[in-house]
Amino acid sequence: MIDVLIIGSGGAGLTAALAAKHAGASVAVAGKAYPTNSQTSMAQGGMNAALGNVGEDDIDSHIADTVKSAKGLCDEAMVRYMCENAPGTIAWLERLGVPFSRLDNGKSGTQTIAQRQMGGASAKRACYAQDYTGLKILHTLYDTCLKEEIDFLDEHYLLNLVTNEGTVKGATFLDIRTGEVKQISARSVIIATGGYGALYHGFTTNAYGSTGDGVAAVLRAGGAVSDMEFIQFHPTALKHSSILVSESARGEGGYLVNEKGERFVDELKPRDEVARAIFSQIQEGQRVFLDVRHLGEEKLMELLPQEVELCKLHEHVDPAKELIPIQPVAHYTMGGIEVDQALEVQGIKGCFAVGECSNVKVHGANRLGGNSLLEITAFGKLAGEHAYQYALDASSQPVDDTQQQKDAEAIEALYTQKAGVNFYPYREKLGNLFYNKVGIVRDNAHLHDALNEVSAMQEMQKEMGISDKSRSNNQNLIDFLEFQNALILAPMIITSAIARDESRGAHYKVGFEQEDEALKKHTVIQWKKETTCK
Amino acid sequence: MQIKILRSETNTHQSYTLPAGEIPLLNALSYIKETQDATLTFSAGCRASVCGTCAVRVNGREELACAYKVKPGDIIEPLQYHPVLRDLKVDKHRAKETLLKSTAWLHTSQEASLTHRDEKLSERQTDCILCDSCYSACPVYAVNPDFLGPFALTRAYRYTTDKRESNAKNIIDNVQSNGVWDCILCGECTAVCPKSIDPKMDITMLRGLSVQEGYQDPSFTTQSFGTPDFGGGGFGFDPNAGF
Ligand SMILES: Cc1cc2nc3c(=O)[nH]c(=O)nc-3n(C[C@H](O)[C@H](O)[C@H](O)COP(=O)(O)OP(=O)(O)OC[C@H]3O[C@@H](n4cnc5c(N)ncnc54)[C@H](O)[C@@H]3O)c2cc1C
Ligand code: SF4
Ligand code: SF4
Ligand code: FES
Repeated sequence: MIDVLIIGSGGAGLTAALAAKHAGASVAVAGKAYPTNSQTSMAQGGMNAALGNVGEDDIDSHIADTVKSAKGLCDEAMVRYMCENAPGTIAWLERLGVPFSRLDNGKSGTQTIAQRQMGGASAKRACYAQDYTGLKILHTLYDTCLKEEIDFLDEHYLLNLVTNEGTVKGATFLDIRTGEVKQISARSVIIATGGYGALYHGFTTNAYGSTGDGVAAVLRAGGAVSDMEFIQFHPTALKHSSILVSESARGEGGYLVNEKGERFVDELKPRDEVARAIFSQIQEGQRVFLDVRHLGEEKLMELLPQEVELCKLHEHVDPAKELIPIQPVAHYTMGGIEVDQALEVQGIKGCFAVGECSNVKVHGANRLGGNSLLEITAFGKLAGEHAYQYALDASSQPVDDTQQQKDAEAIEALYTQKAGVNFYPYREKLGNLFYNKVGIVRDNAHLHDALNEVSAMQEMQKEMGISDKSRSNNQNLIDFLEFQNALILAPMIITSAIARDESRGAHYKVGFEQEDEALKKHTVIQWKKETTCK
Repeated sequence: MQIKILRSETNTHQSYTLPAGEIPLLNALSYIKETQDATLTFSAGCRASVCGTCAVRVNGREELACAYKVKPGDIIEPLQYHPVLRDLKVDKHRAKETLLKSTAWLHTSQEASLTHRDEKLSERQTDCILCDSCYSACPVYAVNPDFLGPFALTRAYRYTTDKRESNAKNIIDNVQSNGVWDCILCGECTAVCPKSIDPKMDITMLRGLSVQEGYQDPSFTTQSFGTPDFGGGGFGFDPNAGF
């Protein structure tokens, strides 16, 4: 039996794997795609650490900025842990060979790493690798995993956690290639499956696979989730494809204008405020554009070559000559699996969660740019170590294959059941519904509407199924399983949003525009015993 | 407009009709799967050209589906030299094996004083998204499935140039067999790379480093000198003579 089973092979999962292996554990990493396909590859801007390589900075400022942005909803001890460990985490990545951008200052080691300012930071704090920070960190972690001979189970889709009396014993997977349902036993499990932004299908910067599968699996296994209502919207995504145009476009002097050509907001305000200003323009029937024409072609090609290309490809506009149509879309999910300070999941012993899927309470109501790559590496390490510590004393008594059989039957039922209703239009409908009624500006009437519509969709789900009946490599089946997870999380997000009659960080509610001291607390949800695990 | 996609079950090109207008191929594939044929199978992730998941062949050339704009009559096929799992989805596990054999990682890490210029030395190489396009384009795979291949060698080169590596010879040693000398320098990999990486140049550089470490082109030795003459009497050179 392996010591530590890691589910999810993005930046968080790979860091946890390296840490657990380093501590002496036997490790396996299962993911639904290949490690380098993970959403972590998409992070552009940077990773925060108070190195002070470019001007003054210190750990206390990093803590203060993070706490301020969290709007009263962070665990200050955890924020302190993360910020204090940031320089050490950068030093670790430096030792592994991450090709960070550099300064010419004649110094050595991490002191030569270039840093830039991101929104909400009081200093130039984000370490970066050109426009490819996430990609280069992820690939370096992957290279190191190969060096350390980490075992990978690629194309293994997590179905359920296997538990016995509230203790994790492993997990069940659908081997996407063969179509076989497998049960993998482990002394401890780390969930690192990423966020649930893809619920806003069509209105998110996220990758297709960020469907919150791990969060849903925890709920089914009796664990708790928290703060699900806090979803960050990025102000500038391309209008038709929702692909991110990085914040640096505004940082370099880009304007936001409506179709009358008027500027309507200070572009350098925090993400949530800018996003709301754009959204209200859109609600008034205005189209909104990012104007970078005045920067000139040469500067654009130097600063934002990726964006220029993506604009041409997806919007058919040349940013040097034309306005870029944009809209704010879902970008990051602050809520997720409820964990304690050791990253252990509330309600499931021996199960740990880390990365965007978990809520370790460092972002609170609003995440700062550059703190997520830090979170996944700093806490990834902690998760790997804690899981191994736990595994050392955990029983190696395997459980029977009840869960595997249940899951195999459930999959089998999908093959035999007639698919009367195509679910793909509903996936899109859910994305629309969430964007319009559980979006940037919320109100209770629309939230209740959304809840009703989600209930109707859950009812309708009984008529839905897969029309591709192939046993192997069935992406139609995976898409459907992901959609089912989205339908589990959808009401959690809406009811949490309904319960929060106030405005705080990314959650803004009409009629309750102020923070309410009485609501300065976390929204925790856990299913009753009878309803857990299918 | 119509496009054709190679279906693995029937091994035929199936026609699909798309609404007129320019769209990325990936959107076209999703459109087909969602509205016409749920069995059409392909892989995708970021839709922004960074995750490397969606590479396919369009009219015989490697493209990222999320970055290629569909044109009427396009013929879409899976990558070459990869086992086809289903339709456009291929098995990319060999990538891991070639990376493992190339030992493309930092072997012995040391602290270094890196500059902006040092960053530029490996900037292009580290833009690689492991999309496998270059493997699909490389003609060596038609004859030698064990070739380490363009991206693994690019990555190996990237680590040998890193000042933080204090034992680059290790990596050089590991790219000799089925490696740097097996490339025919045709440049196909460079031509198809969506990230403008030049694996051919990286391989050439690795050859230079190999020579510095005392390696030489194995085919060069056999072709030019035939069987070495250890007696020292002929015009062949003595490999044990020490030069
Ligand atoms: C466009 C964009 C730009 C960003 N820029 C920045 C930035 O500049 N700085 C910053 O700090 N943050 C940034 N972020 C946020 C940051 O990238 C993510 O929060 C972070 O990478 C999440 O890492 P992770 O390891 O938790 O999850 P992911 O990288 O999403 O990995 C999740 C893993 O879980 C696997 N998985 C999911 N479901 C299953 C299942 N059912 N079974 C098996 N495996 C599964 C996936 O295959 C994947 O391997 C950005 C995000 C986006 C989308
Ligand atoms: S240059 Fe070498 S590696 Fe590149 S395609 Fe040609 S033979 Fe293959
Ligand atoms: S070198 Fe280019 S073509 Fe080859 S895998 Fe990397 S990005 Fe793709
Ligand atoms: S979907 Fe990620 S590269 Fe095309």
